[in-house]
Amino acid sequence: MNLLLLIGAPLLTAVAVLLSRNKAQVKWISLVGSVAQLALAFALLYAFRQERAQNNMSQMLFELNYKLFDSLNINFHFGVDGISVAMILLTSFVVIAGVLVSWNIEKMTKEFYFLLILLALGAYGFFISLDLFILFFFLEISVIPKYLLIGIWGSGKKEYSANKLALMLMGGSALILVGMLGLYFTAGHSFDIMTLSKTSIPANIQNLLFPLLFVGFGVFTALFPLHTWVPDGHSSAPTAGSMFLAGISMKLGGYGCLRIATYLLPEGAKEYANIIIILSAIAILYGAFATMMQKDLKYINAYSSVSHVGFSLLGIGMLTQTAITGALMQMVSHGLMTALFFAVIGMIYDRTHTRMTNEMGGLMKVMPFITTVFFIVGLCSLGLPGLSGFVAEMTVFMGSWENSDAFHRIATIAAAMSIVVTAVYILRAIGQTAMGPITNTSHLQLKDAAWNEKLAAIILVAGIIAIGIAPGWLNDLLRPAAEEIMNRIAGK
Amino acid sequence: MNEFLTLMKSELVVTAIIFLLLFIKIGKGMKNDSLLSLVQVLLLVNFIAGFFLNSTGNLFGDMFYTNPLIAFQKNILSLGVYLISLLCADWLKKTQHLAEFFMLMLSALLGMFLMISSNNLLIFYLALELATIPVAAMANFDLDKKRSSEGAMKMILSSAFSSGILLFGISLLYGTTGTISFPEIAAQLDGSSVQILAFVFLFTAFAFKLSIVPFHLWTADVYEGSPIAVTSFLSVISKGSVAFIFITVLYKVFQPMQDVWYTMLVILAVATMVIGNLFALRQQNIKRFLAFSSIAQVGFILVGISSNDYMGITAVVYFVLIYVFSNLAAFGVASVISEHSGKENIDEYKGLYKTNPFLSWILALALFSLAGIPPTAGFFGKLFLLTAGGAKAAYWFITVAALNMIISLYYYLRVVRAIFMDKNDNPVGKIKISPSVKLALLICGAGIVLIGLLSWVYDHIHTLSFKL
Repeated sequence: MNLLLLIGAPLLTAVAVLLSRNKAQVKWISLVGSVAQLALAFALLYAFRQERAQNNMSQMLFELNYKLFDSLNINFHFGVDGISVAMILLTSFVVIAGVLVSWNIEKMTKEFYFLLILLALGAYGFFISLDLFILFFFLEISVIPKYLLIGIWGSGKKEYSANKLALMLMGGSALILVGMLGLYFTAGHSFDIMTLSKTSIPANIQNLLFPLLFVGFGVFTALFPLHTWVPDGHSSAPTAGSMFLAGISMKLGGYGCLRIATYLLPEGAKEYANIIIILSAIAILYGAFATMMQKDLKYINAYSSVSHVGFSLLGIGMLTQTAITGALMQMVSHGLMTALFFAVIGMIYDRTHTRMTNEMGGLMKVMPFITTVFFIVGLCSLGLPGLSGFVAEMTVFMGSWENSDAFHRIATIAAAMSIVVTAVYILRAIGQTAMGPITNTSHLQLKDAAWNEKLAAIILVAGIIAIGIAPGWLNDLLRPAAEEIMNRIAGK
Repeated sequence: MNEFLTLMKSELVVTAIIFLLLFIKIGKGMKNDSLLSLVQVLLLVNFIAGFFLNSTGNLFGDMFYTNPLIAFQKNILSLGVYLISLLCADWLKKTQHLAEFFMLMLSALLGMFLMISSNNLLIFYLALELATIPVAAMANFDLDKKRSSEGAMKMILSSAFSSGILLFGISLLYGTTGTISFPEIAAQLDGSSVQILAFVFLFTAFAFKLSIVPFHLWTADVYEGSPIAVTSFLSVISKGSVAFIFITVLYKVFQPMQDVWYTMLVILAVATMVIGNLFALRQQNIKRFLAFSSIAQVGFILVGISSNDYMGITAVVYFVLIYVFSNLAAFGVASVISEHSGKENIDEYKGLYKTNPFLSWILALALFSLAGIPPTAGFFGKLFLLTAGGAKAAYWFITVAALNMIISLYYYLRVVRAIFMDKNDNPVGKIKISPSVKLALLICGAGIVLIGLLSWVYDHIHTLSFKL
């Protein structure tokens, strides 16, 4: 399968959106485009499994290599392993759901969809890039769409949030940039990830570059204490914006932490692993407790995202194969879950015009579909078996437990304790909004989900359940790729 | 004779245009509209002619030197002048002395061409003066505005001062080496303290022209007072040409003293970026804002120059090319708005998107390019400058530069926010954009989007500079 299709599809969609004449055209073009992306993602999954079934065990499949800046040895080098395939699948799920829930956007529809698709384009490009420079290019492409999406279509203190997000992410990028240039010159003028993974980089340089790259990507994925853009950014963004931010953009960071920082600089990773573990354990607990104090549904999900994303960073810090597989599963699971969460919150807000849990109540009676989905995603978040959250977190804990010393054990136990807190805030939020008597009589007239909202929710729920009931296929994708990373860490 | 014609063809074409304008002026004269169209066509011809017959060689006993890279640099400047003639058409049509304006501008351009090609301190000095004095006259072109005269006065005084310093440096250099030819000076340099002093004086003169901190104080006032056509000429064409000759002087003449100038360059680059950025944060007037942002951009150029090899040359030439598009687009939009509504403050740009989506997108694109955000070309330009600067493994230096990108993003976003997000009861009215301005803005927009992605542009510059 030609990987350029994955960039071509969103690019074509974006151009078509620009050329379209009216709102209906814009929406349908975007929907068709995102369906095409979903189809491509599934085709990629199928083709990937076929190749693996035929015992094609090369690390990267479907590689493409075109010269770009020849004199600087920068190339369009693309290729996918299991991790990329899983992330691309996640992206396509979130994109189609995001397009569907934004169906009724009235303000500057064309610009909205154009920016949304540009954001998706950046994510696809990022996940298939095997050249650091190109990867960085795709990472940065999303800055403009994110900023404008929040600033123009957002709510609350949107300008502040948009600025904060853009500047903090730019700060992360600046660190990545320095780390990237460091790698480039150490490896004798190459940005190629595959080449870099084969060069031995002196330990002192690894110790210098690893923090730059890990913290740089960490900003994108809410590494404590650089997570502060997350609550503001997510709560101010429009629904689809929050879904993209939490569902896709934060995964870019996690992917970078693993694929670039940890994989390319294993000695650095070993050196700083304990600090990563401490920080992510803090993030997990702090995020959970901070969520307890929130009354705004979007803030609840934003802080709980900090906590949940902490699990994937914890998994990376544990440096065992199972833990890293779990970390990746958590990325996919959290992407689907949090996108669904924001979608549901958006649906509720569109109807009740409030996000405060204490101003709602008994919504189950008026909108059974939306609240049912809310239940499902809540239960996924607190780790109910049968849904994706359980599988991912369990794998992280199992992997963490493989480290038998006291430090790792304590960190694991501390992180596991957060599940109790999660249960408290999730059940309380659901209880206050969905159960009980209807406190606000104007809520009696509210309608349940429309077709587009139902479709979006069903797609994401299907993803969550597919991982929760049959995690084997995801495991098959991720485990061999995690093994490659572990091999490099073990120095094989 | 034949060699003279080919090697000096850029200069000759510009001279021919100047004389043509002169004859038109002293003859019957022409209406502004038709004269402007004529000039635009001639400048386009000048730009296109720059692509042909580029060869390497020297003239006048090695005083004048040219090669394909220098021809390319001249072409960037020609392109910039052509774009300015399109972008500022609305203002130009209204000026009383259009022919004189272009005679002055082209004389300055001629000076810059000679300056880039100079291979000798004498011709360098003469060309530099030729490139400076007409610009001071141009700065005074808003004849009824007091600020314009003030700007011109500041400009001529500071230029005269820096020329004096330059001459002093040249005389010291001549005194210790006994020659004024670039290659011979390089052979004679031994790093004695007098030579270092001479170098400091020369460096100071360059710093004045490039508005490197702490010699940047004239910039904002002159930019604010001058008509936008002149401001954009100063900030893009003038800066670009000085940056080119600065590289030549550092790499060719002062190569033996590279340890001395590397340290100076690093310190001044950091100071220029930081101070330019910090001052830009609080500017209200769009011209002053762009003035300080251009100071910060020069800081980045210095990062690239510090690499001291062909990578640095390539990155700087490439960056200036992108800078022509980005900065001229920003100035072009500012010029259109100022010409139609008289508004030059960033606060007055609020709600611009509602009334003028095209101008808003171009301005946003230009600002994102200046900030170095992909997919705009500015991203590539800045990244390659940092790559060139990082070759010496000075990580802290690159880190400071990268962190400065965050500060600059903050103030560029301020403008973007005003355009797209802030509400305004009295926004700039709907502006009817004339065809030539629209064409120029589209060229700039296309340049901003494409130059980065079309990698052969960079590779072409690389080939040219690698051959040196």
